[in-house]
Amino acid sequence: MLTYIARRILFMVPITLAISLVTFIIIQLPPGDFVTALSAQASENNEQIDPETLAALRERYGFDQPIIVQYWKWITNIVFHGDFGQSFEWNRPVSELIWDRLGLTLVVSLATLIFVWILAFPIGIYSAVRQYSWGDYIATFIGFIGLAVPNFLLALVLMYVTSRFMGANVGGLFSAEYANADWSWGRVGDLLNHLWVPVIVLGTGGTAALIRIMRANLLDELKKPYVELARARGLSETYLLLKYPVRVALNPFVSTLGWILPTLVSGAVVTAIVLSLPTTGPLLLNALFAQDMYLAGAFILLLSILTLIGTLVSDILLAWLDPRIRYE
Amino acid sequence: MSDAALNPSIEASAGKAARTKPEKTVAASGQWRLIWLRFRRHKLAFWSGIVVIAIYAVALFSDFIAPTTAFSYNAQYTYAPPQMVRVWGQDTDGNRHLFYVHDYTVTVDPIALQRSFEPDRETIVPLGFFVRGEPYRFWGLIPMEHRLFGPKEVGQPFYLFGADRLGRDVFSRTIHGTRVSMSIGLIGVAISLVIGIILGGISGLAGGWLDEVIQRTIEFLKSIPTIPLWMGLAAAIPLNIHPLIVYFWITVILSLIGWTDIARIVRGKFLSLKTEDFVTAARLDGCGQQRIIWRHMVPSFMSHLIASTTLAIPAMILAETMLSFLGIGLRPPVVSWGVLLKESQSILAVANAPWLFLPGLAVIIAVLALNFLGDGLRDAADPYGR
Repeated sequence: MLTYIARRILFMVPITLAISLVTFIIIQLPPGDFVTALSAQASENNEQIDPETLAALRERYGFDQPIIVQYWKWITNIVFHGDFGQSFEWNRPVSELIWDRLGLTLVVSLATLIFVWILAFPIGIYSAVRQYSWGDYIATFIGFIGLAVPNFLLALVLMYVTSRFMGANVGGLFSAEYANADWSWGRVGDLLNHLWVPVIVLGTGGTAALIRIMRANLLDELKKPYVELARARGLSETYLLLKYPVRVALNPFVSTLGWILPTLVSGAVVTAIVLSLPTTGPLLLNALFAQDMYLAGAFILLLSILTLIGTLVSDILLAWLDPRIRYE
Repeated sequence: MSDAALNPSIEASAGKAARTKPEKTVAASGQWRLIWLRFRRHKLAFWSGIVVIAIYAVALFSDFIAPTTAFSYNAQYTYAPPQMVRVWGQDTDGNRHLFYVHDYTVTVDPIALQRSFEPDRETIVPLGFFVRGEPYRFWGLIPMEHRLFGPKEVGQPFYLFGADRLGRDVFSRTIHGTRVSMSIGLIGVAISLVIGIILGGISGLAGGWLDEVIQRTIEFLKSIPTIPLWMGLAAAIPLNIHPLIVYFWITVILSLIGWTDIARIVRGKFLSLKTEDFVTAARLDGCGQQRIIWRHMVPSFMSHLIASTTLAIPAMILAETMLSFLGIGLRPPVVSWGVLLKESQSILAVANAPWLFLPGLAVIIAVLALNFLGDGLRDAADPYGR
């Protein structure tokens, strides 16, 4: 088991490097660089930046050097100094801007994950045990709606409905008085108060998928002879259900962690933009628009690494839970 | 069935075993007929299939079906609410009309300059089929004037889904958007399918280091979170190029991840089929490698592949909608569902004009129908199972 974990972690290193390279290429893709974006912005406002300043800026950030050199500079600074470069737009080091937002992204994603599990687990069991009942049809229908409605649309509709009929503004993660405050219990409570909207928006799709998986797996298990045997031995229906088939059917809950966390993290980007949450999404979009390359790069890189870690954790959990899995 | 008819002895023995007539036909049917029979039984999937065909028909004939062109506007009707189509009404001259809508009475708030609309129950706008509208070019080629359904007189207000901030008909624009939104999924899937079959086939048939490289590439691509990746790539598309090229790049970006699933399925199928008896039999019969692949192996998983690709289309439609909504996908003047939904981005606009959400309904219907269809196809794809 330990060697398995060690090997998996070791395997992450080349993938992370490849991701960092791809990230760097992506943020280099737009024609021109930040300096051109800056001068374009200035000329839009009928201002002129003298060419010498522009050249100096180019030299300072190494834009005149070949891409490989720029990449090397970028990645070594990150690995050895934790320095993600400078955000041109904010005129601050990138590392000052990202960690708060990344942390909140993680909070939103994990809260959604718990929400998805709590909801999908009983509904999935119910759907399988009472197959083709009204409840099953309703769950299936809601599930499909959850899959078909784009996250951003759900967020918009939810915002519209709450502002129209409840008179509340559900955007953001904090009320005005806590937005820039230090962490305190009041702020945590405020966060929890705002968290439900993004959690519902993000969780619907995942819940729908997980209910379908749980239902299908449990239906397969319920047909197996050991269930019949347990029933023949006179175990109560609830006990035998929870004791055996549900435990086997539970595996997908763990294995889906591998893909559900990445989808949550990446789905959170769009939802956050619509709901203007102080997470990675809005800042990433702005950075992409403004060609604030180091900021965008840091987000794409860190979100990718978060995804990798999610996959790793789910694989390890699965190997630990299910004795049938061999560490090849 | 013809095979069975040619060989009476087989039919006779089958007739003894099968007591009822339908079973006899099933026993003698070819693979595609079995798939069709099984698919027909899946009611939801069957009707979804019809809905999907209808949506693609709308996409094909959108110029003709939409009551107005995508860009006709009327500043008099900015943010006009949706009208309800009514039947059997009488106009002021006493003529009766089968379909009609009520005209609006517009009052302009003198301070806020905001228009408010009330249905004018006195005046009616008669509607009809094959009415003369603004001239347009069908498929950009054939000059035409007639439209499927609309007001009998050109320029009269007919806003089934309400109007947007420029007084354009949201319903017409949703119809026009069908073409771009639905085709982007289809073309994206086609690209993914070609790449997926080629690379998956190489991976499954050749094995060795090629297989290793392709598999690692797939794993790598899947480990990058899709939405930030798409956003990064879509943001790299220059702003000043032709909308058609933007469209092309968006499909390429979406297929970049899409091919990986198809390649995995193809590879897995090839690996498992290699050792199947019918493949060995074909080889012993002296068939060439190409013939074994294309005449024996590929047909046996084609149905499965079609089902998987159907399930991949809705994801692409949603992705395009999302990117366009964020403003990094397609941009006006292109009309797609995502571009239309961008109008609803401002909560203030939506508070006064919630009908701007209605293009989202088209997205939901299309995605649901494609999902149900794909589900049914997947169940039907293996007609010998169970």
